[in-house]
Amino acid sequence: MNRELKRVTIVILAMFAALFLSVTTIQFFSADTLAGDSRNARTINNSYSKERGAILVAGQPIAQSVPSADQYKYQRTYTNGPLYSAVTGYFTLDQGSSGIEAAMNDELSGTSGSQFLSQLNSIVTGQNPQGASVELTIDPAVQQAAYDALGSQTGAVIAVEPKTGRILAMVSKPDYDPNILAVHDTDAVIQQYDALIADSGNPLINRTLGGDLDPPGSTFKIVTSSAALQNAGLTEDHQLPNPAGYQLPQSTNVVSNAGGGTCGPGDTVSIRTAFVLSCNIPMAELGVEMGDKALTDMANAYGYNSDFDSPIPVEASQFPPLEDDSRLALSSFGQASVRSSPMQIVEQSMAVANGGSIMTPTLVDDVRAPDLTMLKQFEAKKLADPINSVTASTLSSWMVEAVNSGAATNARIDGVSVAGKTGTAENGTGDPYTLWFTGFAPADNPQVAVAVVVQNGGGLGESGSGNEVAAPIAKKVLEAVLNK
Amino acid sequence: MAAPAVKPGEKPVRRIHVPEKLRNLEIFLLLFACLANAGAVVMVQLGSSGTVDYGQVALLGAGLSVLVVGAHIALRFVAPNADPFILPIATLLNGIGIAEIYRIDLQIPGNVGWESTAVRQVVWSAIAIVAALVVIIALRNHRVLQRYTYVFMAISGFLLLLPLLPGIGKEVYGARVWIGVGPLSFQPGEVAKIALAIFFAGYLVSRRDSLSAVGRKVLGMRFPRGRDLGPILVIWAASMSVIIFQRDLGTALLYFGLFVVMIYVATARLSWVIIGVGLFLGGALIASQVLVYVNDRFSNWLNPFASVNYDAQGGSYQLVQGLFGLANGGLIGTGLGQGQPDITPLAQSDYIVASLGEELGMAGLFAILALYLLFIARGLRISFAGNDDFGRLLGIGLTFVIALQCFIVIGGVTRVIPLTGLTTPFLAAGGSSLVANWIIVALLLRLSDTVRNQPRLVV
Repeated sequence: MNRELKRVTIVILAMFAALFLSVTTIQFFSADTLAGDSRNARTINNSYSKERGAILVAGQPIAQSVPSADQYKYQRTYTNGPLYSAVTGYFTLDQGSSGIEAAMNDELSGTSGSQFLSQLNSIVTGQNPQGASVELTIDPAVQQAAYDALGSQTGAVIAVEPKTGRILAMVSKPDYDPNILAVHDTDAVIQQYDALIADSGNPLINRTLGGDLDPPGSTFKIVTSSAALQNAGLTEDHQLPNPAGYQLPQSTNVVSNAGGGTCGPGDTVSIRTAFVLSCNIPMAELGVEMGDKALTDMANAYGYNSDFDSPIPVEASQFPPLEDDSRLALSSFGQASVRSSPMQIVEQSMAVANGGSIMTPTLVDDVRAPDLTMLKQFEAKKLADPINSVTASTLSSWMVEAVNSGAATNARIDGVSVAGKTGTAENGTGDPYTLWFTGFAPADNPQVAVAVVVQNGGGLGESGSGNEVAAPIAKKVLEAVLNK
Repeated sequence: MAAPAVKPGEKPVRRIHVPEKLRNLEIFLLLFACLANAGAVVMVQLGSSGTVDYGQVALLGAGLSVLVVGAHIALRFVAPNADPFILPIATLLNGIGIAEIYRIDLQIPGNVGWESTAVRQVVWSAIAIVAALVVIIALRNHRVLQRYTYVFMAISGFLLLLPLLPGIGKEVYGARVWIGVGPLSFQPGEVAKIALAIFFAGYLVSRRDSLSAVGRKVLGMRFPRGRDLGPILVIWAASMSVIIFQRDLGTALLYFGLFVVMIYVATARLSWVIIGVGLFLGGALIASQVLVYVNDRFSNWLNPFASVNYDAQGGSYQLVQGLFGLANGGLIGTGLGQGQPDITPLAQSDYIVASLGEELGMAGLFAILALYLLFIARGLRISFAGNDDFGRLLGIGLTFVIALQCFIVIGGVTRVIPLTGLTTPFLAAGGSSLVANWIIVALLLRLSDTVRNQPRLVV
């Protein structure tokens, strides 16, 4: 009987070996994979049970985790939630997150590589692990000015330091209060989330970075002019025919200038005058004269068709391949299939303001561990070099003239030289215009570049203009920076 | 009789085991187990609320301690040579189970008094240990059981059929293995496994000659004669009807596995194992094709993360949540009271292993598995050392049933085999399981006492 008992013993040992093996597999080898499963409520709960790091603006928390009495230990709260909603984004129990909350999640939750040692430390000491805090580049006064100036319009404002890329203000409207999505009642969160999704104003979209791209209209003339001056080798006095109507190549459609009529007096008009007065016909002619390569190359050099992280992901603005001269002509003044985010438009001003270089726009100034040691610090980085400094200073003088005596006069500030370009983009017959302004100030030593977009015609249907609606908003943002 | 003469220069043959020493070792280990159990309850309280409620520690820790120390004292009188490890291991497992059950109770507001599963578990532990005491005091010689072989057959048959009776049978989570009288419910199948082990042992001892008689030789292996296939076919049919009528895959596997191992040990014919495994696999294969719930169990096992299984009613949600819990525990666990085991359904009973794995980690589960292995090793030792075949067969049967049950439950939770609803011995919340396993403890203690009492110099 002992031989049989030995064999049974071996069977029992084999059964337990299988159990030891399976336990090891689950708890050691595939633990990370299992923790990463989107259905794993424990992972989400753990992230809530940790003291998530704060998001700071000028040293003051705009998002922070405060102790709560329920099972999650901490409640995420947002100060001035709607004011900063485009920046912070939201952070829900199990419906995902957005904005800085999502883009900087590893740091905020304390799971980034640089925090590994402190994680290990908290395991050993049994203390609650804590996330790092993220200090933003946002200037609260500029943010507030942009928020107030945009008022109840649907649209977005972004202000950036052209020399560094630090984002000073980022506002998207309609806004929302991230606090309503931070509650610990899943049903309530789903209900609020569904309501925000169903809202026709799409408050959850950060319009500064994409999600709802618009035709850039005349703000694109910065790109077209850059192509003419740099890629096509034309001078600012290069003359173009100046008719009151321009029939598109291989088409019966006729393009007209914004006010109707010709672009100033004379049979011909210079590129400079066409830019300052924001005329469409000479720009269309210019585009066709240069050919599609010059324009497409310059658009790509300015960052069209590429995305980057700010660290919130920025959607690529679109400059699709041109099929014919008719589309080339329309694209030259920012119509046809060209689509831009305010981030893309402000980059155009940034290049002009900064001697031709675009510094990567960023929201994060530094990341600090709970013991205040610096984990990451902002460094200015170059994103692109679309134009040289000569082209930049030429365009800068055009944009100053546009504000002083051209099509962008509503951005004038007493005693300050402001550079600007408006845009009034058509969205199709009967649809309200998209109204733009972009510019920078002071022109000789730029402190801030700004882009404003107002959708739905600013409530004026097809009668408003960028100068009328968007330029005054930009002016207030510029003033907020310069008055400091 | 005079003592044997001792030649000069030779040491006299002495008794190797001194009962006093065994019992002293036992009380030392028991006190350690009781301290560990009370410590676990304190850890749970510190982990979940940061404060210690000494009333609860006394209720949950001391109650069990008094009883097992009582059992120890009884053993000093009625079974002084009994194995000193079995009682402390059972106590430790039982106590860790109570601590973890209590931990999950804390997540359920208003779960106090009789509503508290932990309190009920303590009461059931008391009943179970008293039952074990009754067995060990009343049963002074295990061979008495052999006399009632067919009575135990009748008892096991009756217990198995009980849940199918209208009126007292209850269906819980689709399985019809419970009986309910008023507020009390009981799983008679748990106790039936003991009756079955006794019946198998008695039956096989008397019939082993005919069962191992020469049969036809196929591929170098002797197969039994057709007419000797009767018993295994009856047991197989009984197991299959458990699958079909009680919808309980785990219990069927447990009973059949028990029988196959016992008939193999009794007859030394490997052909019985081949016939048995073949019959069971064939039956299970057919069942998986014909019975929807068996088929679901298999597809949940193979593809638990597929959303078609995960989202299905009775799908792999529980299995996956258990895996998430184990993963959350990782190597060293979240600490008692600091995990989230309550997310997994049945975290106190079928999934107690996942709950413990989450809070004690892989290290803790290894320790628990090692405790089971040690318990099983003591049982095997009895079987190896016994000098009557009935006792040896009964010993291997009772030991194997614990080992197989651990494998079926823990293997189900950790995806070694498809998940079936069985309780983890000693750990899981459930009165019937506690009573049955403590009676097994009593029987093993009795067997080990008999083994050591033999005038033989073995082990």
